[in-house]
Amino acid sequence: MAQITLIEAVTQALAYEMKHDDSVVVLGEDVGLNGGVFRATQGLQEKFGELRVLDTPLDETTIAGVTVGLAVQGMKPVAEAQFEGFIYPMMEQIACHAARMRNRTRGRLTVPAVFRAPWGGGIRAPEHHSEANEHLFTNIPGLRVVMPSSPARAYGLLLAAIRDPDPVMFFEPKRIYRQYKEEVPDDGEALPLDVCFVLRDGTDVTLVTWGAQVKETLEAADALAEQGISAEVIDVATLTPLDFDTIAESVAKTGRCVIVHEAPKTAGFGAEIAARLAEECIYDLLAPVERVTGFDTHIPLFRLEMKYLPSVERVVDAAKRTMAAS
Amino acid sequence: MTIAAKFEIEYLQYLDAEGKQVRDDLPEFAKDLDHMVELYKLMLSTRVFDAKSIALQRTGKLGTYASCLGHEAAHVGIGSAMKPEDVLAVSYREYGAQLYRGVRPREVYMYWGGDERGNDYQQEPARHDFAWSVPIATQCLHAAGSALAFKIRGEKRVAVCTIGDGGSSKGDFYGAINIAGAQNLPLVAVIVNNQWAISVPRKIQSGAPTLAQKGIAAGLFCIQVDGNDIIAVRKAMEDALERARSGKGGSVIEAVTYRLGDHTTADDARRYRGEAEVKEGWSKEPMKRLRNWLVAKKVWDDAREEAWKAECDEWMDNEVNAYLETKTQPVTAMFDYIFAEVPADLAKQRDYVLSLENKAH
Repeated sequence: MAQITLIEAVTQALAYEMKHDDSVVVLGEDVGLNGGVFRATQGLQEKFGELRVLDTPLDETTIAGVTVGLAVQGMKPVAEAQFEGFIYPMMEQIACHAARMRNRTRGRLTVPAVFRAPWGGGIRAPEHHSEANEHLFTNIPGLRVVMPSSPARAYGLLLAAIRDPDPVMFFEPKRIYRQYKEEVPDDGEALPLDVCFVLRDGTDVTLVTWGAQVKETLEAADALAEQGISAEVIDVATLTPLDFDTIAESVAKTGRCVIVHEAPKTAGFGAEIAARLAEECIYDLLAPVERVTGFDTHIPLFRLEMKYLPSVERVVDAAKRTMAAS
Repeated sequence: MTIAAKFEIEYLQYLDAEGKQVRDDLPEFAKDLDHMVELYKLMLSTRVFDAKSIALQRTGKLGTYASCLGHEAAHVGIGSAMKPEDVLAVSYREYGAQLYRGVRPREVYMYWGGDERGNDYQQEPARHDFAWSVPIATQCLHAAGSALAFKIRGEKRVAVCTIGDGGSSKGDFYGAINIAGAQNLPLVAVIVNNQWAISVPRKIQSGAPTLAQKGIAAGLFCIQVDGNDIIAVRKAMEDALERARSGKGGSVIEAVTYRLGDHTTADDARRYRGEAEVKEGWSKEPMKRLRNWLVAKKVWDDAREEAWKAECDEWMDNEVNAYLETKTQPVTAMFDYIFAEVPADLAKQRDYVLSLENKAH
C-alpha cells in the first residue's frame, strides 16, 4: 500500500467520495485543471469533469453562496477557500445561511456542505496566507469545525465531513501537508466527528491541541519523557461540537493541562477549553491551566513567524510549570 | 472609431397608469381574460393580506413587518410565470409571488410573529423554495447555486431570485449574475426597483441609468419593465424563464415600481420623502390600471370587486385565527434543529433549559 501525505489523503478522500456519490461536487478557485494551489484537487477534474470539479469566478462570496444553493438542492458541495486568510468574504453566507438553514426552516432545508481551507502559518507565505481563525467559527452554532493532524485522520475526517448532513468547516494545517507519509487505506472508512483522539497516553500532564501544533506537542511530549514527565496528548480534531468528556477524563487522571494552539490567545478556542476545565474539573486540577498560543498580534510576516507559533520549548516550559505548581 | 461591443436596454410596458393598452401585441397569456382576472384577484388578495398584516402589527399581534404595498404586479407577475418545479429565492416582502406558489398567510404571520415555523412552508411548490432572506442579496447566490445544481443534473428547471434596487449594489448580486453568465446557468434575477432602500433613494445606489444594465456586464439578457404593469412583468418573466430552461442563459429583469408604504412597520418614510412623491407613486400604482383594463373588457366590475374583497377578508381572518391559535414551540425547539441530531454537548444545555421549564410549571 502506498504511503501518502496529508494533502494526498485529502485528494484520496475527495476522489473516493466523488466516485461513490454523484452528488459530491468540488468548487473553488483553481481547483480544476491546476488541481488547487496546494494540489488538493489534483487529477479530479480529469476524472469527474468540469462541472463536478468547478473553477469558479474569483469571488469567495460567490463560492460560499453557490455552495449553500447547491447543498439546499441536494448536492454535497465541497468548497475550497484558497487560504483561510481569504475566508472573510464567505463568512456572511456561512454564518447567516449555511449554519442556520436547518434551524431557521425547522429542518425543511439543509446545507450538507464542506468548506475546506488550508489553514495556519509556518510556510513562509505572503501576507494574509497564514491565518489561524478557527475560533471565529467555533462560536457559530450549527457548524462543525474540524481540523485533521495526520494523513489518516485527514482521510477519515474529510469523508465524515462530506457525509455529514450539516455544514462542516474543514481546516487543513498546511504546514504539515507534506510533513510525513503514512499508509492510508483507500477503503472509504470515515472517522467519527464527535470524538477527540488520544494520541499518546500519559499520567502527569495533559497536552491538548489540534492541527499543525500536534507536531510540536508530540515532540514536547518526547522531550518531557526524557525528563521523566509523562504527558498525555489529545488531538481535539473536532473543535465543535466538542467532546469535552475525553479531555475531562484525561485531566481527572493527570491533574494538569496545557492547551496548545496557533491562533491568538484572547478568546481563542483554548479559552473555551480552559473555562470548561474551570467549570467542570476544578477539583481535579493540581495546577493552573496553561495556554501556549499565538500572541494577540497579527501573525508576523515570515521572517518572524516562527517566533509567533508555539514552539516545542514553550510547550515543554508550560508543562514543567504545571509540574512545579504541585 | 472601432466599437468593441454595443448594448441597449429595452423597456417594456403594455398598460399605462390608467390601464390604456399602449401596444397591440398582447402576449398569449394576456389574451386569456379569465387568467387575467385570476391574476388581478391574487393582486387584490395580496393587498388585503398586506393591510391585515399591518393591522396585526399595529395592534401588537405581529412583530416588525415588511409591507409589499405597491409591489403587487411585480410579485404576482414573477410568481405566476414560474413552473412548480422552478425554485424561488426571495428577500422578505415578495408575498404576491409566494402566495401564488403556496405560502400561506399564516406562515408569513408566524415568521414576522417570532416563530421559525413560518419558514417551514407546508404547501408545494413553495415547500422547495427558499425561505425569506433578510441579509441583503445573499439569496441571489442561493439561486445561482440552485441553477448550477439543475445544470449539473440536467434538469430543466430555473432558479429565480428577487432583489431590491438597494440589494443590486451588493457583491452577492453581482457574484450571482457573474457566475450565471460564466456558466450559462438557468438563473433569472429580478430587481424589483421600488426606488427606496429604507431611506436611501435609487440615485444613491448607482450611477447607472438603468439597474437592468448591470446584467450586461455579466453577459446576461437584460430588460427593464414597468413593474406596475403585470402584463409587462409576466411577459418578461416568461421569456426569461424560457431562455433559461432551454439552455440559452440567464436574465436580469428590472421591474420599476414604487414602495408606497414604509420600509417596514418600524420605519417612518415621512422622515425622508415628500408627500408629492408618494402621491405621484399612487398615481401609477398597479391595481388601478389592471382593474380599468379588465372593466373595459367587461370581465370585472365593482360588484365582483366587493365580493372578492369579502372573500379575501374571510380568508385572511381564517389565516389570522390559525396564526393566533398556534401554540408557542416548546423551549427545546431552539436546540432541536441546530444539527440533524443534537450533539451530546448541546444536549446538556437542552436538558438544563428543560429543567428550568419543568421547575417553572
